[in-house]
Amino acid sequence: MTAQVKYADVEVGTELPPASFPVTRLSLVKYCGASGDFNVIHWNERIAKSVGLPDVIAHGMFTMAQVGRYVTDWAGDPGALTSFGVRFSAPVVVPDTDGFVTVDVTGTVEEKLDGNQVAVAITARSGEAKVLTRARAVVRLP
Amino acid sequence: MPVNQDYEGRTFPATEPYEVSRVKIADFAEAIGDPSPVYRDRDAAVSAGYPDVIAPPTFPIVVTMVASAKTIADPGLGINYAMVVHGEQRFEYARPLRAGDVVTAQSTIEAIKSVGRNTMLTTRTEVRTVAGEPVCTAYSIIVERGAP
Repeated sequence: MTAQVKYADVEVGTELPPASFPVTRLSLVKYCGASGDFNVIHWNERIAKSVGLPDVIAHGMFTMAQVGRYVTDWAGDPGALTSFGVRFSAPVVVPDTDGFVTVDVTGTVEEKLDGNQVAVAITARSGEAKVLTRARAVVRLP
Repeated sequence: MPVNQDYEGRTFPATEPYEVSRVKIADFAEAIGDPSPVYRDRDAAVSAGYPDVIAPPTFPIVVTMVASAKTIADPGLGINYAMVVHGEQRFEYARPLRAGDVVTAQSTIEAIKSVGRNTMLTTRTEVRTVAGEPVCTAYSIIVERGAP
């Protein structure tokens, strides 16, 4: 497998196709187990509310993982990231329902760098909330 | 209890060596919902130019959290973990983490800042193989929310 996007084909302002990723209580339980982060605010509604949160919230790192996937899917190479940073500006609130909430992601190439690298500026929302700010990934392209 | 400013600049001992396994990577990829074969199938990873299956970009948190949890839990620092939320996270990668890597993580508290009732703690965690090869550096800001 090789990266699908070529450095030469990317311009500043190139938009990545938007994508939405579903999140359920089950996602968070699985992420607790896989990551080792069992903070109760990610699975216990009673305690989450008692510490002032609206409900159970997703791990910030779970949301960051969705955004990482968004960028690596676009680049076509899961190992293409050289730098990846986010600020968690609002929680992804995950109520106890039969449905799911989504993390809705967009991205725009904001800079072309040396070494065939491009910087992608990312936005991520859940419902009305902007859940990440200053989200930026640098990927190395062929 | 106020957070102890004396901890600014302190470097903690590196974690015990952590061996990255294919099973753990596949489990993590499943938990984040990413179906990429490069996280599961050695042949797919080799065709993509990697020596073995690689880990998703946020996988290093599994290793770095052990190191940063150790710093946060230090009773002398005075952080109340129930009031902690994740503020920022950044990784700088030398290369992807991959199955077979045996790595340690070592955290340094770079800054402790009070912002209103909150305390912001910035840590830098270096992930290296036991042979000393740098794999990635994780920068993390956690926020301890103060009592209202």
